[in-house]
Amino acid sequence: MGYLEGFAVTFKKLFEDRVTAPYPEQKAPKPLRLHGRHVLNRYEDGMEKCIGCELCAGVCPAKCIYVRGADNPPDDPVSPGERWGFIYEINYLRCIHCDLCVEACPTEAITESKLFEFSFTNRQDAIYTRDELLVGDDGKPQQLPWEDWREGEDLFSSAWMRATASAGNAEYEGVVAWSGELGYGVRAPEQGQRVAPDVSPGDEASAEER
Amino acid sequence: MDPLLTGDLTAGDVGIVLLKVVVVFVFLLVAVMLMIWFERKLVSDMQNRIGPDLAGPWGILQSLADGVKFFFKEDLKPLRADLGVFRLAPYLSIIPAFLAFCIVPIGGNFQGDDNGVVTILGHDTFLQVADPPIGILFFLALSSVAVYGVMLAGWSSGSKYPLLGSVRATAQMVSYEAALGLSVATVVLLTGTLSTHGIVDAQADSFRDWNILAAGFIPFAIFLMAGTAELNRPPFDLVEAEQEIVGGFHTEYSSIRFALFFLAEFMNVITMSAIIVTLFLGGPAGPQLFGPDLLWGPVWFFAKVFCFLFVFVWFRATLPRFRYDQLMDLGWKALIPLALGWLLLLAVIQVFRDRGWGAPEIAVPIGVAFVVMLGGYALLLRAIGTARTERAASDGVEVFD
Repeated sequence: MGYLEGFAVTFKKLFEDRVTAPYPEQKAPKPLRLHGRHVLNRYEDGMEKCIGCELCAGVCPAKCIYVRGADNPPDDPVSPGERWGFIYEINYLRCIHCDLCVEACPTEAITESKLFEFSFTNRQDAIYTRDELLVGDDGKPQQLPWEDWREGEDLFSSAWMRATASAGNAEYEGVVAWSGELGYGVRAPEQGQRVAPDVSPGDEASAEER
Repeated sequence: MDPLLTGDLTAGDVGIVLLKVVVVFVFLLVAVMLMIWFERKLVSDMQNRIGPDLAGPWGILQSLADGVKFFFKEDLKPLRADLGVFRLAPYLSIIPAFLAFCIVPIGGNFQGDDNGVVTILGHDTFLQVADPPIGILFFLALSSVAVYGVMLAGWSSGSKYPLLGSVRATAQMVSYEAALGLSVATVVLLTGTLSTHGIVDAQADSFRDWNILAAGFIPFAIFLMAGTAELNRPPFDLVEAEQEIVGGFHTEYSSIRFALFFLAEFMNVITMSAIIVTLFLGGPAGPQLFGPDLLWGPVWFFAKVFCFLFVFVWFRATLPRFRYDQLMDLGWKALIPLALGWLLLLAVIQVFRDRGWGAPEIAVPIGVAFVVMLGGYALLLRAIGTARTERAASDGVEVFD
């Protein structure tokens, strides 16, 4: 009676709990490192981290990032480096949220927030510009009117990239070695990460020698 | 014969007929809407999902929302379509779907001397739109016409997947119609009438007279299976097998033309359930519990129909799709011979009964015939086996199977 067993299985399902969440009303918790809409981060003093190096644009497989770098004005620099990204655009009709730009960035300027619920009604609006991507003065991502931000989603939008072996050196696996940022300072390590206060950029060369 | 149509035809009679037509039309449309919602909801329940739940309470208005959407979608016409036929095909599907329900008696008390007659606004009539003398043949004819809708839709689309779908549909529907017709024939044989009203009347006295028992369950089971195949529903939905041929015959249809196919498909599910109930489960027969007699006929009828709607959805949620050769094997090698054999058996019993023979007298010739048949079958198998081994020996090839 193999066939009838199948009917019993489907009939029993009628009285079981549903696994589907009623999405718009009830949302499943998002993973900590979900790849969502990008943010451009700033240092604690308000300087932008982006130095206009265009590595993100170079590595982007979807060719959705457009960056132009320019020399910093000497009297009013935008970033602590020599240059700054004066144009920074991401086309979200092309972006596949692979996070390669985040991995390529040498200064942790671009990271991804957990926001994926945003919409637009024409193609021009799909292109986020520098003004929209930059974090606000409190260090949190801007909450734009067409985006659906939920409680707590703007908290962990950065400062975890270099926790995984910067420069590919296994010595630094799990070691916190990131720069401070606006609104947070140097972020506390996450679960499974070590704090190494003595690690500084100068030490990296000696670590490689060892 | 419907008492409404005997004697002179008055304006009131025409009004009653029009009223019945409108009621059935509206009922079918609303029922289809609810059926689509019910199917989606029940299938999702059986798969631990929630299903549509946003439009209206429990999502009950979902089909209405989908229907409105269909009206506003672009009506695409493929470049290589044969436009005349392309436009005609959905109507060849939907019109038989509407017409087939007309012959189903949905109410009336058949138990006493009323003969199922009810009085509406002072006119005696049956609770069915029409009671043609050809009765159940009308249903078979319309389900054959519906094949044309599917076939022409696939052919006129000028595209390969619809063509494949319609070829499958035609082969499937034609093969299963034979089994369907043979199991209908057993019912006609038992009740001695083609009229659906007569068939219901013959089953009215007690549930032992229902054809599901009187005909010995086999014709009912065959009708249910062949009916599912006729409806192109899972597990017989090779016609629209999404994984293989996109949408089958309606791949190239969009907008309201697609909606017509969709409507026809679900309307056929309701009609098929109603026909099963009429043929095998006594139609509106059932105990009159309290209140007016007029009430209980439709209540029992729709309760029975609902059970079959549930069963059809249950089939869909449980059984995986047949392979094409399995489908043809089931139809031609199992259902048709079984239906034919059962029809012969019942016919023989009927002849003996008409001559006034008792049960043991009937059992003897049937038993003898059965033994002879088994013997013949054994001899046939033996002959085939011998021929096969001899041929293999002469060819020097190993025997498979």
